[in-house]
Amino acid sequence: MSGDDHHPPLLHADRSVRATRVLAIRQLLIDKGVVTAAEVDDVVARSRARTPADGAKVVARAWTDDAFRGRLLSDARAAVGELDYRLSHDAELAVVENTAEVHHLVVCTLCSCYPTSLLGPPPDWYKSFAYRQRAVIEPRAVLREFGLELPAAMGLSVVDSTADVRYLVLPRRPSGTEGMSQDDLAGLVTRDSMIGVAEAASP
Amino acid sequence: MPAVHDRGGLPTDQPIDRAEHEWADWEHVANALVGVLRRHKIINVDELRRGIEAMVPAEYESSSYYERWSASIETLLVEKGVLTTAEIDAVAAELDGRWG
Amino acid sequence: MGLGIAEGDRVTVRADEVAHHHRTPWFVKGKSGIVRRVHGAFPNPESRAHGGTGMPERRLCQVEFRQSDLWGREYCGRPDDVLLADIFEQWLEPVRRG
Repeated sequence: MSGDDHHPPLLHADRSVRATRVLAIRQLLIDKGVVTAAEVDDVVARSRARTPADGAKVVARAWTDDAFRGRLLSDARAAVGELDYRLSHDAELAVVENTAEVHHLVVCTLCSCYPTSLLGPPPDWYKSFAYRQRAVIEPRAVLREFGLELPAAMGLSVVDSTADVRYLVLPRRPSGTEGMSQDDLAGLVTRDSMIGVAEAASP
Repeated sequence: MPAVHDRGGLPTDQPIDRAEHEWADWEHVANALVGVLRRHKIINVDELRRGIEAMVPAEYESSSYYERWSASIETLLVEKGVLTTAEIDAVAAELDGRWG
Repeated sequence: MGLGIAEGDRVTVRADEVAHHHRTPWFVKGKSGIVRRVHGAFPNPESRAHGGTGMPERRLCQVEFRQSDLWGREYCGRPDDVLLADIFEQWLEPVRRG
């Protein structure tokens, strides 16, 4: 995207009234000197650059370093800070751990709160009405749609992130990964496994 | 009746559509504007949510995620006297004319 | 209200219907659960959403509800399945032990 005010962003062919109005708002804010085009472009670039790879590295570290795992579960902000990840100041981070006894699934029923700092922007389905409505009342059916059939004996904990805390799921380390490097382990940690709609991939 | 945004447990037969769409440029802009306006302390995230929740329910239901953000950004900037609706109308009409 | 709430306490969420912005989902209002974690204090969104400063900050508590308490027989899962939600202290009242 250009930083030149005279070449505003391209519109999608199926643009809506809202799309045009948000671009008009951008233009007006720049013309009035409230914001600069460069500031907006900078946030766009940083948002494009964020991917679930950061979350995956945090998980892989937790799999291989028990002390780190403990700190991650008790004070996630401090723990990810050790890895030089900077979280937004506006939201706290908490990590919930999947175990042999309990599986966690994260949703935000009120809007779409999500640990963007570590996972990038949420997938469309996370923001959909269907997911927001169903994940709390029929989570096992939702998981089944994602291809995850929980064992009958496993408990399920749905996390509705209602406020200032963003939740990341620490998935279980897959079997057969003994001796793998942190980098290789991180490759098994999918975005969906950190939301809790999937398990980490098998090697 | 819960408010329109308070959706947990509302009955639906809809399966979860896992198709991803690539963000249009205007969606990146809506997302980034909120970031920049927050940094300048012109709006905060609680106000953004309040502006979304104040949408007419039918509009909330039919809007996409960043259309809802766009509606709230406009509500808040007009409410705070940063922009006027007439100004936004005028520039939007100009953009429409330019890109037809 | 709120001040004495600690991890492990049993609490009931106020059943208030309010028109202003708040972060308490309808389906936990009037329901009881157990405080699993006190996240600390955050600016109050109910003030900050409406032009206020958000001060004083309010403590945010992670409350665990049994799914069967929330949805009754509509819930098809294990009886010990739970839901965690973060609820601000002003919405919580301690459950007195009988």
